[in-house]
Amino acid sequence: MATLSIVDARAIHKHFGALHVLKGVDLKVAERELVFVIGPSGSGKSTLLRCLNRLEEPSSGSIVVDGIDMLDPRTDINHARQRIGMVFQSFNLYPHMTALGNVTLALRKVAGKSRAEADRLGHAALERVGLADRAEHTPGQLSGGQQQRVAIARSIALEPRVMLFDEPTSALDPELVGSVLEVMRSLRESGMTMIVVSHEMGFARNAADRVVFMDDGLIVEQGAPAEIFEHPAHDRTRAFIGQIQRH
Amino acid sequence: MSTWDRFVDTFFNGKVMAKYLPDILSGMVVTIELAVLIVITGLGAGLALALIRSLAIRPLNWLIVFTVDLFRALPPLVIIVLIYFGLPYADLSFSGFVSTWLSLALVLMAFSEEIFWAGITSVHKGQWEASRSTGLSFGQTLMNVVLPQALRLTIPPLTNRTIAITKGTALGTVVAVTEILGEASSAMSNSYNPSPLMMGAAAYLVLFLPVVVLARRLERKFAWKR
Repeated sequence: MATLSIVDARAIHKHFGALHVLKGVDLKVAERELVFVIGPSGSGKSTLLRCLNRLEEPSSGSIVVDGIDMLDPRTDINHARQRIGMVFQSFNLYPHMTALGNVTLALRKVAGKSRAEADRLGHAALERVGLADRAEHTPGQLSGGQQQRVAIARSIALEPRVMLFDEPTSALDPELVGSVLEVMRSLRESGMTMIVVSHEMGFARNAADRVVFMDDGLIVEQGAPAEIFEHPAHDRTRAFIGQIQRH
Repeated sequence: MSTWDRFVDTFFNGKVMAKYLPDILSGMVVTIELAVLIVITGLGAGLALALIRSLAIRPLNWLIVFTVDLFRALPPLVIIVLIYFGLPYADLSFSGFVSTWLSLALVLMAFSEEIFWAGITSVHKGQWEASRSTGLSFGQTLMNVVLPQALRLTIPPLTNRTIAITKGTALGTVVAVTEILGEASSAMSNSYNPSPLMMGAAAYLVLFLPVVVLARRLERKFAWKR
């Protein structure tokens, strides 16, 4: 055991019918590390992320998160998922609940907190994402950026050991992206382990510890952001980064 | 006697109406009893079936779909007659009241199951994923996240169906249930005058108009901004 890796995924394969989406992916993430996963659409990066908390069932391989074997049938998956926060492209807030209701549901139902305690933790989480004054708003009354920050609060309220971000800013208007990245940056500063699938190259450049480039179901190369962006070793990486940076 | 007077004397005959008012009122009580029983058991069973169906147990789902299709396809009158006149041959005898209740509850169960199911499946997959990713179980997600959204979507079609099927209590006349229409038509033949039928119509309005208004309020109350 050389390093303490909080996420250790090995030889992950995923088939959707005849489609072979992940073709043997290994991914280790150290505690407090921020790993950026990039790659063309259809490269399997979102599927990889969704395998880590078993929203997708990998066809084969092993996944250990914070010492818990995620693929062991004896693992209490609901308990394990509390420790793995996930933020989605389309926010997926519960539209029939207030922001506070969204944040406190799992605290009450899964973590077993009383309503008063859950509300206290919920307010604290909303405060961390800068939305203390929006607790009683419903998702429909919030902007996209605010909704995504509530979604982040919903995850961090459970004090996860690792956070997964699946294209968190892709559905946002450009002027709202900054507020979400700001929250992600402060999470990073607090020492949260994060795996981020995103095209925010600027953010990757100055916040990521490591950039992983995926293509066609495999990790093609990985390294420090400067290394990957300035001196990619593979043609496919170079082509992809060239395309992204032209915009 | 003018035409108008004759019309009023025929359809809104005060004497006849006064005489048969108590019958119509007791018919209303029977109709209300039937309606309440049908709505509670029919919607309850429909929701239960939809929840069971969401567990995605194949053979069970085939059975549910078959049952639901059967009771949606059969005319309610046929079901009433089958239960009332047919089941005694299997040593099961139900009164007209119970036969009508069971039949219409089964029909409402079938239609409402489809509506509840459509509501559950129309909730976006991301809602399930968000909830499951925070550690809520399948059942907790269904009850706390999916069902509350599904129910809001189902209120308009559900109230329409419920009202349509509950009005079917009038079919109970066929098996001698003394509900509104039964009372009205026997009063009509006893008095040789259709005024009791008008009272029956008024009774249905008095019963169902508030339900329609209430349904509209519910729809407004549970609508939320997306």
